[in-house]
Amino acid sequence: MAASTEPAEVPVLGPGQTYATVTDRITGVILTKETPRGWWIGFGIAFLVMMLMLFSLTVLFAKGIGIWGLDNTVAWGFAIINFVWWVGIGHAGTLISAILLLFRQEWRNSINRFAEAMTIFAVANAGLFPIIHTGRPWLAYWLFPYPSMFQLWPQFRSPLLWDVFAITTYVTISLLFWYVGLIPDFATLRDMADNKVVRRIYGIFALGWRGAARHWAQYSRASLLLAALATPLVVSVHSVVSFDFAVSSVPGWHTTFLPPYFVSGAIFSGFAMVLTLAIPIRKFFHMEDFITDRHLENMAKVMLATGLIVFYAYIMEVFFAWYSGNQYEEFMIYNRMTGPYAPFYWALIFFNGIVPQLLWFKKVRRTPWILFIISIGVNIGMWLERFIIVVTSLHREYLPSTWTYYAGTFWDWSLYIGTLGFFFSLIFLFLRVLPMINMFEMKELVHHLSHRGKEH
Amino acid sequence: MSESVYGLMARFGTPEEVVEATRRAREAGYKKMEAYSPFPIEELADILDFKPKIQYLVFIGGVLGALTGFALQYYASVIAYPLIIGGRPFNSWPAFIVVEFELTILFAGLTAVFGMLALNGFPHPYHPVFNGKDFNLVSRDKFFLVIESADPRFDRERTWAFLESLHPEEVTEVHP
Repeated sequence: MAASTEPAEVPVLGPGQTYATVTDRITGVILTKETPRGWWIGFGIAFLVMMLMLFSLTVLFAKGIGIWGLDNTVAWGFAIINFVWWVGIGHAGTLISAILLLFRQEWRNSINRFAEAMTIFAVANAGLFPIIHTGRPWLAYWLFPYPSMFQLWPQFRSPLLWDVFAITTYVTISLLFWYVGLIPDFATLRDMADNKVVRRIYGIFALGWRGAARHWAQYSRASLLLAALATPLVVSVHSVVSFDFAVSSVPGWHTTFLPPYFVSGAIFSGFAMVLTLAIPIRKFFHMEDFITDRHLENMAKVMLATGLIVFYAYIMEVFFAWYSGNQYEEFMIYNRMTGPYAPFYWALIFFNGIVPQLLWFKKVRRTPWILFIISIGVNIGMWLERFIIVVTSLHREYLPSTWTYYAGTFWDWSLYIGTLGFFFSLIFLFLRVLPMINMFEMKELVHHLSHRGKEH
Repeated sequence: MSESVYGLMARFGTPEEVVEATRRAREAGYKKMEAYSPFPIEELADILDFKPKIQYLVFIGGVLGALTGFALQYYASVIAYPLIIGGRPFNSWPAFIVVEFELTILFAGLTAVFGMLALNGFPHPYHPVFNGKDFNLVSRDKFFLVIESADPRFDRERTWAFLESLHPEEVTEVHP
């Protein structure tokens, strides 16, 4: 009995919160003229780094993808690594907003909004990479089926085209889901704002929401349906990303377990990014009452579970290479572990496989700064994982005469780091102008918790 | 005088009170009324006898998406641009499942969002209840019950007295 009630010892909401305090606390961050100095510093740095991205893109468009480290052997370099990394990060937002909604996990309420924001910003970065990787981004519309003058149609048997559909659907649904969740909160901002212009702007986005019971009923049903649709979608997106690899015949890619391996890796890295963002944000904006230690602990548990699946996949990769008896598969693993990229391989095993084992300890899960360091490590580890998957399979493929050594150039790195600046710029803007926590769901939570208090 | 009144608005401090008030108003025979709250309260829609219909639209949207997905790929791969890939038939439907699935989700999702907005009549920038006293608190921490003057049982004096009997914080008139 004591064990089963234990999770309640740290509540999902700080004590003494009412409908009014929740509203005032969250809108207070937005509806103020005083922008914290820390916000300016953070946004300023992120914005400068974003300039690096724009500069790298300008050089890229002027000179072409020859400025990258790609060659005929390793034709998928940083662009695809970064694409998979960013898409993966996005998946935690959808998982939190859709899957945990279907499972009625109340603790998701305070983190789903910025996790969804993170999804959209991450997927925006992800979408950039395949487009510029084509070399002629101004012709990106060729990817879509339309009656063209060439009388050509896309090849629907190719996973690369499946990816186009999966990613565009994912962006569209994520954006709409996010916006639908924001409508009642826009209405709150409209009603709370003193400034006429501000009220007008939020009012436009609120579409005239007035909290009518009939509207809520229709709205809740639609949200539930969207969650039910987004759940298989998020699983399908990273499965399709893995098909880009698995459907080919390249050693190390051509395996059936790639889809579940990729999906759990995506959730693993996504939760790491949510923790990386949530821990400083809750400290900076003093949101400890809403994002409690319980939230951090639950996210750490999800990270531990998905991390174990990922670690299992690393072990199975080695096992399959041996069990297949295929010399190319065997060589691929041997080359990964001892070849020129071996330090990266062992670093990813360390960051994704070994370090997360610390999460078995409650003390670690309850200590934000340790969690923060672990989550940064996982972010790095998951980037290295994609690097290893893409590069070690390609650089020494079937024909030794094509073997090569791949490394990112300055422009590879500057673009990648620049997208981090873009991501954090958007996060900072989001924190300043939109409610970082879903207010109406928090009020629902206050309502439910007060009821539960009466029953016992 | 009563023509210029949209209805009477009662303000409550807790969700329990507005649920009870809506139930009593319903029992008293009022039909043209609406309850307003800062967060969804399932009982209110039940009491008002309202059933959301969005799911039927979403189902149709999903079916249309699946059909569109298949038709698009069939047209492109069999009729418009037949190309033999690995000796597979032109209509290699197992390879079409992924795009078909994605378009099913896309169409169903778009229907869920825009269908919900359409059924709720959004965008709807002006509505008489926005004129109600302190109605801006509806998105913060207050709960409202509005009985419209269009209701056949509406009578300014008696409805006012009825609303007062529900122990609201305040009863006010709403002008259109």
